[in-house]
Amino acid sequence: MTENRKLIKIATAGSVDDGKSTLIGRLLYDTGSLTTDKLEAIERNSKQKGYDYLDFSLATDGLVAEREQGITIDVAHIYFNTDKTNFIVADTPGHVEYTRNMVTGASTSQVAIILIDARKGVIEQTYRHFFISNLLRLSHVVVAVNKMDLVDYDEEVYLKIRSDFEALVEKSDFSADQITFIPISALKGENVSQKSVMMSWYVGNTLLDHLEVLEPSDLQESSTARFPVQFVIRPKTEAYHDFRGFAGKVYGGNLKKGDLITVLPSFTESKIKSIHFFENEIEEAIAGSAVTITLENEVNVSRGDMIVRSSELPKSEKSIIATICQVNNKPLRVGDKYTLQHGVNSVLAKVDQIQAKIHTDFSGEEAVDQLRLNDIGKVTFKLSKPIHFDPYLQNKSTGSFILIDEGSFDTVSVGFID
Amino acid sequence: MSNQYIPNPKEAESIHILREVAAQFEKPVLLFSGGKDSITLVRLAQKAFYPARIPFPLLHIDTGHNFPETIAFRDQLVEELGLELIVRNVQDSIDQGKVTEERGRYASRNTLQTTTLLDAIEEFKFDACIGGARRDEEKARAKERVFSVRDDFGQWDEKNQRPELFDMLNGRIHQGQNVRVFPISNWTELDVWEYIKNEQIKIPSIYFAHKREVFFRDGMVWTANQHVYRDHSEEVVERMVRFRTVGDMTCTAAVLSEADTLEAVVEEIRQSTISERGARIDDKRSEAAMEKRKKVGYF
Repeated sequence: MTENRKLIKIATAGSVDDGKSTLIGRLLYDTGSLTTDKLEAIERNSKQKGYDYLDFSLATDGLVAEREQGITIDVAHIYFNTDKTNFIVADTPGHVEYTRNMVTGASTSQVAIILIDARKGVIEQTYRHFFISNLLRLSHVVVAVNKMDLVDYDEEVYLKIRSDFEALVEKSDFSADQITFIPISALKGENVSQKSVMMSWYVGNTLLDHLEVLEPSDLQESSTARFPVQFVIRPKTEAYHDFRGFAGKVYGGNLKKGDLITVLPSFTESKIKSIHFFENEIEEAIAGSAVTITLENEVNVSRGDMIVRSSELPKSEKSIIATICQVNNKPLRVGDKYTLQHGVNSVLAKVDQIQAKIHTDFSGEEAVDQLRLNDIGKVTFKLSKPIHFDPYLQNKSTGSFILIDEGSFDTVSVGFID
Repeated sequence: MSNQYIPNPKEAESIHILREVAAQFEKPVLLFSGGKDSITLVRLAQKAFYPARIPFPLLHIDTGHNFPETIAFRDQLVEELGLELIVRNVQDSIDQGKVTEERGRYASRNTLQTTTLLDAIEEFKFDACIGGARRDEEKARAKERVFSVRDDFGQWDEKNQRPELFDMLNGRIHQGQNVRVFPISNWTELDVWEYIKNEQIKIPSIYFAHKREVFFRDGMVWTANQHVYRDHSEEVVERMVRFRTVGDMTCTAAVLSEADTLEAVVEEIRQSTISERGARIDDKRSEAAMEKRKKVGYF
């Protein structure tokens, strides 16, 4: 599969009517990803609605309920590619209360495109979108100032928005080179994939060109190797009578044959005997590899355990502090008990203290007694057993968790460990 | 022994998902249609559990209107890999009076499959059904989760789905609920074809250009066969065609094609401007066809 094409994962964020669906439809159209039948459906629909232009937003507004109300209600995934790059777009809808959806979409993304309506400028929603991009430490943010056609392609309007946004960047953990500003018109296709003639004052790349040259880095690539065990493979066949393999994915760094390792939580030491990927034995498994590992001696390892290099032990704690985003209607209260799913491991967790609710507009925090849907807050937990983790800033995978309600089994919160 | 192994991110994601299914559920099953997507799933499952066997059976819901090439292929694959295959027939559901055969020009058994599938889930108490659906296939699919919780009636509630954060999958369910699992959610049609090509995976012959008796209706190429309704005015001709999806004969249109090798097929897909589901007659019935079917438990 596309071995020489890189994969870039993008979350899009914008308020209602910022033209986000139109932009995605335009990207699909310009990269030839809208197929004849889909284009025909768009033409038919646009005509029915009496538009004199092609309404590309119809390419992504999927569900009947949404089309009736003219809104999008959940994260949709959209795919397109150029010769060099595969793109996955997590399109998150733009209601006022939509933190949950953007956090979800951003959790699997490396880049955020934040849309701003040139007529409205930087608004409260823009703060929230940028706050979440910052909280999840995305690799890059693209600020697309849209609807430039409606402000006569005026450079002054663009520069004002840019400087307003730059004031926000100062308050964040991003450095200036992680943020790119592009003035566009998604409807007219200006600076999306074609350089705008109307905005000759803009000298940068078009949006698509910019996305193609990005080299997003995942936090974990530079960190140490973590190997949570998903499944124990015991073939029990004649050929593999004594085979006991530990299947999982490498998060961060690499693991090599012969490495001295420690199995958590037992802190048993051993050595990597072999690394397998399907029928091949490999010397080294780099971050992102889904492989099977065998160890030199008989070690008791089961699902949820973690294999790490003995010289690179993670933190092990029975009490943790985390930033929480509430993604369910049920509020989080002090004393509540949940199942905490940390990667493929689960423990029981009790909410010990809600330290604060954090304002998503960079205006500080306040004391609260509960966190409601879409709230973000700082929470301390007591755990039934220690978990073995890295701070989120060092490893997104071992530094994050979800909380599961024991009654409904719903995922109610996502946490980023301090 | 290769020294430098560079992971394919989409493949690794699918393997991760399949291992989560095996670990989190008691009775998973892989829904196998004989189509390229479910064949790809079988290869991914082999990779996920190698050198052990795939730890769940395959389930084929047979409409009775399948292409014979697909059935022959299915039986051969199962034998080669030593897999367990369960087959349940739509014809039985019809004979038991649970569903009624459609009539008329567009009669198809495709929607009838749902009842047979739900009955099989109940019969075997499957708690996770692995399917080869992809989010790029259709707009309603674009919002589907990797782990999609269904109620006792197999229903999908798009407003009440669990958010999926990072790659953590929450498979906890209540008695009577089951989960539909989509390990290749993030693959595109081209990804699947390129994977089949790179991995040299065997697929049924009807995916390659061959001579076939067909007729034309609504700008599409239909198989001329006793299972497919045809007017006297609809003339049967012989053409070089191939199929882009392999479903029930009554709802799978062919495309005119000369592509008779994997290389040629991949190149054709790359150039193609007709999306895959454009050749699925069942989706043309209405814009919201897929959403409606999903709400009643269709895959």
